[in-house]
Amino acid sequence: MRFDLVLEHWAAFAGGVWMTLHLTLLAVVIGFAIALPVGLVRALRTRGHLLAEGYVTLFRGTPLLVQLYLVYFGLAQFDVVRESLFWPILREAWWCALITFSLNSGAYASEIVRGALETAPDGEAEGARALGLSERQVVWLVLMPSALRRALPQLGNEVVFMLQGSVVASVITLQDVLGAGRTFNARYYLAYEGLLTAAALYLALTALVVLCFRALERRYLSHLNLRPERAGLMAGALR
Amino acid sequence: MTVGLAVTAFALATVVGAVGAVCRLSGRWSGAIVLGFTSVARGIPDLVLFLIFYFGGQRLVNQIGALLGWEYVALSQFWAGALAIGVLYGAYLVETFRGAFSSVPTGQGEAAMAIGLSRLQGLWTVILPQLVRAALPGYANVWHVLVKSTAVVSVIGLEDLVGLANDAGKSVREPFLFFGFALLVYLCVYLASNSAFGALERRVRIPGRAI
Repeated sequence: MRFDLVLEHWAAFAGGVWMTLHLTLLAVVIGFAIALPVGLVRALRTRGHLLAEGYVTLFRGTPLLVQLYLVYFGLAQFDVVRESLFWPILREAWWCALITFSLNSGAYASEIVRGALETAPDGEAEGARALGLSERQVVWLVLMPSALRRALPQLGNEVVFMLQGSVVASVITLQDVLGAGRTFNARYYLAYEGLLTAAALYLALTALVVLCFRALERRYLSHLNLRPERAGLMAGALR
Repeated sequence: MTVGLAVTAFALATVVGAVGAVCRLSGRWSGAIVLGFTSVARGIPDLVLFLIFYFGGQRLVNQIGALLGWEYVALSQFWAGALAIGVLYGAYLVETFRGAFSSVPTGQGEAAMAIGLSRLQGLWTVILPQLVRAALPGYANVWHVLVKSTAVVSVIGLEDLVGLANDAGKSVREPFLFFGFALLVYLCVYLASNSAFGALERRVRIPGRAI
């Protein structure tokens, strides 16, 4: 095992961590911005909810890797796309990854938002209406804030899964944590070192996200007085 | 190839999950070891695990082979993928099974013993049917994620749905068509298994009860 070489190339791995982190966080934030209206439409079953269902089924029913390939390799097939204004963006692997991850994360997060809105007690909306709030105010000032609080644990899971899903970015040439590990392995013709380092880094990043969300939950969910998790640090349901 | 890989890996994951759940529920030490394993496995992305199994596993097999004096044994992409997926999702299934087991009231086991069933009989005829009912939704969920995860094995060169779509798309320069088709196939698998698991859940459910 040549872990001294890994230490020598710490800068490449640090770059990988930065790439993974900012790609994941941006995708989650944009995805969340998509998820709010989509989840709302699906929970209230207003106009366009079938379209929203279709979007969610499409992105939840297919692998992220195939979605990424479709955007990165697939779209370039069409001359219309290559000659359009968006080509400078769609040509870049980074933008393709960000777009795909955001849409994917949006689909999963909308499911969380929908679930949280649907489990809101009836009295909440009724009370808000009784106070004379308009329908819009009821949704955005009363239902949404309380639903998002309840959705916090699942949103934490979603961030973890986006973090782990972001490894496929290394397949389209991006130098994320795994990309750095693979390049390192290829340069020195090694089997384990780069990959094990990448695995350890992902483990640490996952733990970091979990701890951040635990702190958030302590802040925003303390009134619910949840019992502390006992299933270990990486606990949480699959999405 | 995709379905074969998914089914093989899922069977493997079920075994890993069942053994792990039994360990977590019984011994202290084995429980702690399994808890450590599931925590680590769930913190590592699938692709990283495949690559470790594929490249690292090949070296390990070579070293073991050299010790035992075997001929060269090649670890195929299929088995590296199946093993990695099996171990990874086995870690998730440990929690599913453990949760399902804890949802069966202890009185059920005691009652089984009281009417004179042996431990094994009690487990098989009393606990297991109730466990299946509680575990099925989580089990279905892991299956869905696992199927999507198999797509990533194409990265280590397996000619599965994605690998074939990639090759075909490149050779006729129409990647959108082929990846779009692959996307549709995954969607069909998702919808088909969704309704299959739905039917299964309806079958084992007791009418009028939530679980």
